[in-house]
Amino acid sequence: MTALYATLLIPFGAMLAFGVIGHWKHAGTLNLLVCIATFVTSLQLAIDVYNNGVMITPGQLFYIDAFNVYLILVNALVGLTTSIFSRPYMAYELKIGRVDAGRMRLYHSMFQGFLLTMLVALSTNNLGVLWVAVEGATLATVLLVSLYRTPESIEAGWKYFILCGVGIAQALFGTVLIYFAAEKVFPGEESTLLWSVLKEHSDQLEPTVLMLAFVFLLVGYGTKIGLVPLHNWLPDAHSEGPTPMSAILSGLLLNIALYAVVRYKMLIEPALNNHLPSYMMMGFGMLSFSVAGILLHHQRDIKRMFSYSSIEHMGLMTFAFGIGGPLATFGALLHMIVHSLTKSAIFITVGHAAHIAGTQKIAEIRGLIRTQPAVGWTFLLGTVAIAGFPPFGVFTSEFLLFTATMKSMPFLVMPLLIGLAVAFAGLFRHVQPMVFGEPPEGQLPVKANMLPIIFHLFLVLWLGISIPDILANWLDQATIMVVGKGLL
Amino acid sequence: MNYAQLPLAEQLILTLAAMILFTSFLLLAQTRIVSLIHTFAWQGVLLFLTTCLMAQSSGRYHLYISAGLTLALKVFFIPWQLRRLVIRLNIRRDIENVGGSSMIMIAGGALVIFSYYVALPIRELSELATRNTIAISLAVILLGMLMLITRRKAVSQVVGFMSMENGLFFAAVVSTYGMPMVVELGIAFDVLVAVILFGIFFFQIKAGIGSLDVDHLNRLHEVD
Repeated sequence: MTALYATLLIPFGAMLAFGVIGHWKHAGTLNLLVCIATFVTSLQLAIDVYNNGVMITPGQLFYIDAFNVYLILVNALVGLTTSIFSRPYMAYELKIGRVDAGRMRLYHSMFQGFLLTMLVALSTNNLGVLWVAVEGATLATVLLVSLYRTPESIEAGWKYFILCGVGIAQALFGTVLIYFAAEKVFPGEESTLLWSVLKEHSDQLEPTVLMLAFVFLLVGYGTKIGLVPLHNWLPDAHSEGPTPMSAILSGLLLNIALYAVVRYKMLIEPALNNHLPSYMMMGFGMLSFSVAGILLHHQRDIKRMFSYSSIEHMGLMTFAFGIGGPLATFGALLHMIVHSLTKSAIFITVGHAAHIAGTQKIAEIRGLIRTQPAVGWTFLLGTVAIAGFPPFGVFTSEFLLFTATMKSMPFLVMPLLIGLAVAFAGLFRHVQPMVFGEPPEGQLPVKANMLPIIFHLFLVLWLGISIPDILANWLDQATIMVVGKGLL
Repeated sequence: MNYAQLPLAEQLILTLAAMILFTSFLLLAQTRIVSLIHTFAWQGVLLFLTTCLMAQSSGRYHLYISAGLTLALKVFFIPWQLRRLVIRLNIRRDIENVGGSSMIMIAGGALVIFSYYVALPIRELSELATRNTIAISLAVILLGMLMLITRRKAVSQVVGFMSMENGLFFAAVVSTYGMPMVVELGIAFDVLVAVILFGIFFFQIKAGIGSLDVDHLNRLHEVD
């Protein structure tokens, strides 16, 4: 219990403190220390939950089970490694004058604010608070997207704000409808928006209202997942902000929105006598996966390209949760981790690559491997991992997912394989010249801390070769909660 | 069932619902920026009255807190803040050219019919009052969205955004007697922060592209 409160209070306190001292020259180091503290407490929380099972705080505001505890851990871990990267990166941005002291305060404060809202969204039991936290995550990051104040970044920030705001408003309407259905079952009780209570009584809720609510919730949170055709804001927001933000936006925020949708699916699908939620998720997922793969080919900005790759992977996960069944769900849960780790590692290397070349344009980034072999090789390895090559973890989860699809919907395997091949081709046609091309005259290496990248890629490799028992157990318990049947 | 047979409070709420829907159409048609902000404030007043009425008729007094928040935020703070920004950015006299305004009104009418079509099959909404109010709140949300799509000025887009939020609040108040208090406060906080951020954005947009016309925000493309 203490661990949970500490996990939430540390970033909260840090957010307030950085509002005042975020421009201090050691603020980056302090940010790192805060992230280490959050990670340690979330580790303690994970151990508690592992030993004692599901945890509900008094007042039932927070609810930790196998499904969200591992996401909390991933959240804290990626937050930590990103803060290692962020320290020298932002110091460099300050040195070259792209940001000033005031914006450093904003940056550090909102970095922690963003981590806080995501942790609250994951750990809360109240579906209304979940909404408030997801909206809070948008609000925390919107000014970071426009941090550089270029016309492009302002446009990206405005689009992000308006589109996500509209999307998330649909999700609130869905939440109101759920509350409406619950009110009929337990009139006049405040507890009716609690997930743990609703889950127990989901069969008493009116199916028509739930169905309507799910449509709104999927469209609403789907906007934040970046599902096609609601994805327009995503490549802009991910490419125009500072790179550490891109890493946690792509690696973490999308997961949170997907987590919300899956929670609702767990609640709503058993109460309906049809599988409409699953089919809708499969449809949206498949569309996102295919369209993003094609759009990958046409990108000129390196961060935009990897944002489309994020859309593609989120589509794949949404599709997997839609397929249902233990195998696909286990694969999707695993994919949430490996995608987070790989994608944030890639964005960190992309940040270094952009500093080496002095631009984000794909056509002008050349010869990374000759200028700075460490950056070149990790960039290549990260791309290999995200494209789904063995022995990396992305391969494992995609393999599970394809096996499941083969079992239940064999005719969908072909489009999936084609989509994967298209995305692979799109990634490598851009990455190959960036890594192996002829470096321009006078291109110099930059100071880069390779530790976070190597650590992430190592974890992904480890998950690809053997999943540790503890994690496999958690994923299996989460699978049981989502589809009612385990894999192990 | 006949409207005259309903209890007086429900009749009043239906009347207020109709008026809120009407203000949504006014917002859709209004082209002067300052009048737009005033219309938005009036919608907030109607929302405040509805909340008070619900609190009184249902005996759930925590709704008065929501009503107070509505009054403070949507009737005073947001319109005041927007008006102040409009004056400071010197766009007070701007009139927005909304292309095809008659088509937009017809589309708005169609959205209302669509909302009724969506709300009708819900079995629990057999009572006349709730069926109407759910449909109307959905219509207000969709009209806000339509406004966001059709307007090109950043300020009008924000008003559209906030009127969507009004529709959501209306839905929560009339169909479920408001959300639980912690959620209600969280939403109010989010709205407050959103308004402040919008204000910051106005200045950023004005400084970045020299105008508050979002049509000029056109540098980023899906495919180059």
